Amino acid sequence: MKNVLGDKRAILILLGPALLFYTLVKIVPVLWSFGLSFTQGDLRGFEFVGFDNFVTLINDPNTPTVLWFTFKYAILATVCQVTVGYFLALFYVFVLRKSSTLIRTLVFFPVVLPTVAVGLMFRRFFEVAPQNGPVNDILNLFGIDAVDWFAQPGTAFAVIIIMDLWRSIGFYAVLLYAGLLDVPEELLESARLDGATGLKLVRHIVVPLSLPVLLSSVIFSLNATLKVFDSVLALTNGGPGWDTSPLTLYMYKTTFTYQDYGYGSTLALTLTIICFLLTIVVFKFSRKDNTKATA
Amino acid sequence: MMTTASITAARRDNSPALRLPGAGRRIWRRVWVAFTIALLLVVELYPMFWLFMSSFKTTTEFTQSSSWALPEQFTLDNYVRAWTEGQIGANLLNSVIVTVPSLAAVLLIGVGAAFAVEVMVWKGRNITLLLFVSGIMIPGQMILVPLFIAYFKLNLTDTYWPMIITYIALGLPLTVFMMAAYFRAVPREVFEAATIDGAGMIRSFFVIGIPLVKNALFTIGLVQFLAIWNDLLVSLTFTTDADLRTIQAGLLNFSGQYGVVDYGPLFAGISINVFTLLILFLLLNRQIMQGLASGALKG
Repeated sequence: MKNVLGDKRAILILLGPALLFYTLVKIVPVLWSFGLSFTQGDLRGFEFVGFDNFVTLINDPNTPTVLWFTFKYAILATVCQVTVGYFLALFYVFVLRKSSTLIRTLVFFPVVLPTVAVGLMFRRFFEVAPQNGPVNDILNLFGIDAVDWFAQPGTAFAVIIIMDLWRSIGFYAVLLYAGLLDVPEELLESARLDGATGLKLVRHIVVPLSLPVLLSSVIFSLNATLKVFDSVLALTNGGPGWDTSPLTLYMYKTTFTYQDYGYGSTLALTLTIICFLLTIVVFKFSRKDNTKATA
Repeated sequence: MMTTASITAARRDNSPALRLPGAGRRIWRRVWVAFTIALLLVVELYPMFWLFMSSFKTTTEFTQSSSWALPEQFTLDNYVRAWTEGQIGANLLNSVIVTVPSLAAVLLIGVGAAFAVEVMVWKGRNITLLLFVSGIMIPGQMILVPLFIAYFKLNLTDTYWPMIITYIALGLPLTVFMMAAYFRAVPREVFEAATIDGAGMIRSFFVIGIPLVKNALFTIGLVQFLAIWNDLLVSLTFTTDADLRTIQAGLLNFSGQYGVVDYGPLFAGISINVFTLLILFLLLNRQIMQGLASGALKG
């Protein structure tokens, strides 16, 4: 019996294609890209330059701008997505209860839309020239002057966050909703008998019990927001200047617009290291929290 | 007082509601629930409605009436122009040409690998699974430059192949990981019984393995479809030839070239892109929501 389950030929046939693809198109390029970050050149050839690209990275006046934006965006977007998503999930479970299906589905709509389309749509929605978009029209209605949202870094950033929330909130609500459904009914019942109501019940019973799913959401959100690309490219194209450029977009433009393949690879490596470190930090942090909870 | 009120409330109604004590607040509660729902739906749905309405407007309407005015008439002019002049039709076809084989391949070889790693017994299967899973974290940017060079040297530039090959590789980690999780839930005895019957493992895979996980396969298929169809990074990088642009890359280009002067066709193009997916979502919303959520929790 063990022999058949360990049939070498079958394993090779089933696993082979995937492993081959994965090795050639993912693992090899990752290592290759790592190597390229120590070189300079273009499609005609590369030259080894040691740590030059890393020196460039440190001296590049855009580095602080881009890194600051990347972190600021990832952290703020994650906090907003998970918090608002959690409130929405609580609303589904405790207020709407059984009748929440339709609302859940409708709010989920934007999640499946192409980010490019969403970005372009929000660009028009917040537009000031040549014509006002609905947002500025509403501001005018209240006697407030139209705002050129994409001209300053602060307002451009705000629009990115708003768009992001609009697009993803239905998703996080559903994710956290599934987690909240797992909270045992008896626990809520007994807490209620002890006199816990409303926010108290949520704070002392519901939140601690949904910590695992909250943590999963945070990890997922950080992982996604650190790699944000399409939506920002379509909405602000990284501007004004580089002020709303995440590392992904800066890497892309450095490589394919300015043809600097070596430095582009160094930027890609930086991004990968950041993603990697963040995952480790979050895992460490969560483990500490777990031991505290059991102790 | 509060305690007794909530106890009686709990006895009367076993639902998990968080009740405010006192019946006088019930109407107030209805009002704020209705208000919250209305606000939520307006915020989430109005932009799409606005987009759709704008896609019928003429240039004069764009410049002379306010942005929320409804179109004076529903003509398809903008759609015709977007489809032909704006290349949206050609782009849509390109998206289909690229997505279908990528999706088929990633599902077939992904589920095969998951079966080999999870059901079959051999040394190194855990490491192999870990190798696939670690790919979820790595950003796409990390493989773009080498692939760009490789496709160029292999003379694959200006074909659909760079996109198809890259999508397959990018889709594998999540597919293998999720399908392995589903196979783990199947009792081993099912496969062991098949081997007693004398079926080879390849046969077991097709006759027993795939039918057992076909719902899961459909779900992950939807997740991967959305990932490939909505992708911009890969299609933007590997389509140097304008004729090969997918809908996402095409729309971005369209916006840059004509968007400043020609709003109607641009809105029509965005609408085509948005409503294609909305129709899909209307048909399959349950599976899509479940698929995306489980993909996030496991990954």
